[in-house]
Amino acid sequence: MNRVLILAASTALALGLWQALVVLASLPPFILPGPARVAETLWGSRALIAEHGLITAVEVLIGLALGAVLGGASAIGLAASPVARRLIRPMMVFSQAIPVFALAPILTLWLGYGLASKIAMALLIIYFPVTSAFFDALMRTPQPLLDLGRVMGANPARLMWHIRVPAALPGFATGLRLAAVYAPIGAIIGEWVGASKGLGYLMLLANGRAKTDLMFAALIVLAVFTLLLHRAVDAGCRRWLDNQAA
Amino acid sequence: MCAAPALLIDGTAHIGADRLFGPLRLEIAGGRITCLLGPSGVGKTTLLRLAAGLDEVTRFEGSIAACDGLPLAGRIALMAQGADLLPWRDVLGNVALGARLRGQPPDLPRARAILDRMGLGPHARKRPQTLSGGQRQRVALARTLMEDRPIVLLDEPFSALDAGTRAQMQDLAAAHLAGRTVLMVTHDPGEAARMGHVIHILSETGLETVAPPPAAVPRAVDDPETLAVQGRLLARLRDLGTGA
Repeated sequence: MNRVLILAASTALALGLWQALVVLASLPPFILPGPARVAETLWGSRALIAEHGLITAVEVLIGLALGAVLGGASAIGLAASPVARRLIRPMMVFSQAIPVFALAPILTLWLGYGLASKIAMALLIIYFPVTSAFFDALMRTPQPLLDLGRVMGANPARLMWHIRVPAALPGFATGLRLAAVYAPIGAIIGEWVGASKGLGYLMLLANGRAKTDLMFAALIVLAVFTLLLHRAVDAGCRRWLDNQAA
Repeated sequence: MCAAPALLIDGTAHIGADRLFGPLRLEIAGGRITCLLGPSGVGKTTLLRLAAGLDEVTRFEGSIAACDGLPLAGRIALMAQGADLLPWRDVLGNVALGARLRGQPPDLPRARAILDRMGLGPHARKRPQTLSGGQRQRVALARTLMEDRPIVLLDEPFSALDAGTRAQMQDLAAAHLAGRTVLMVTHDPGEAARMGHVIHILSETGLETVAPPPAAVPRAVDDPETLAVQGRLLARLRDLGTGA
């Protein structure tokens, strides 16, 4: 209850400051619309925003799922094989030195204007944090558990599956929580570079036509979606960690 | 071929260029409990890890072998300091871990029987985090017994427990490990005096053997002769600690 009150108070404060800025500086709506106007647009254009929002949500969710699977598999592969570590890790680190944003146009060229290039963008942006968080955890299995497994006669694959992976799941969950926040960024960048649908496209379009209120409405929807996604992934990870099968 | 083979550790251990211990010759009697005491850092745990085939850092020149000449791998169970239970498996799952790690179907009825003997029957489906330190250590002992190996290596298994629980665990372990070849590394002279059929002190100068009390293992906590041996061990450890 207390938390709800605090959240409500802080939201009210933010909206109040925003409205006060608009009124006191007498900003024209095309520079900065007030919260009331944005809310009005949000409601008035709800069908439009929902249509584009749904596209972005699909891109983000598919990107997130692919990122979890590919990142998870890569981390296990790297942790299992010293050869893979030596060959592939430098490549992965180098790939992180390339600004992912710069790849967006080429992805659009390769994969077209549809969903694929945005999913690829979301995947690219989350792949490294997921892989890296899970991999680090896989390489830090408590030594006593490894000793125990080896004395019990576990081969490397069973040691991985029964001890290293379960022990590293909190690290994987950390990666997924980060991914939940990053994936929408990837999808939006993809939409900015070349799309005919999605919240990123809608924002760019609204901006170009000085429909600043629509731009803000779309931005708020995106932020709320990202927050909810993060909460959902966080809750899912918690439950999953609590219920790790016996 | 002996049911519980004696072990012979004979050689010198180096870490890098530094000598850790040796040359020493440690005979671990078959079917008996051998306690190894000594100041910290003298290489007791390293010796145990070498016997378990776990040490990859230490360079050991010499031999670690069973009296029957058969390889040690697959004949050793390990119980270390701290229970080291898997928090994502329940008590039963932890006790049956060995079979899973070897890709065999676990013998759950036997695991349950062992848990009952440890007084853990009602806790079989609980997670380790919900148990007390003493209960966790009993789960670890149950897991060790489940492995049913002739050679058991114990590395300060009860050092984290309070005095009363530790004494209980010593009784329980001595009763259930009887007949196996046990090497127990410990810091606690009282533990060595209660548990050891054979008692050694490892120090920088080498290995000393101390005569154990005459009573049968596990010796009573208030047995005068056991307490006298405990006192002698403690005095010797104190002298070694000050470099005497």
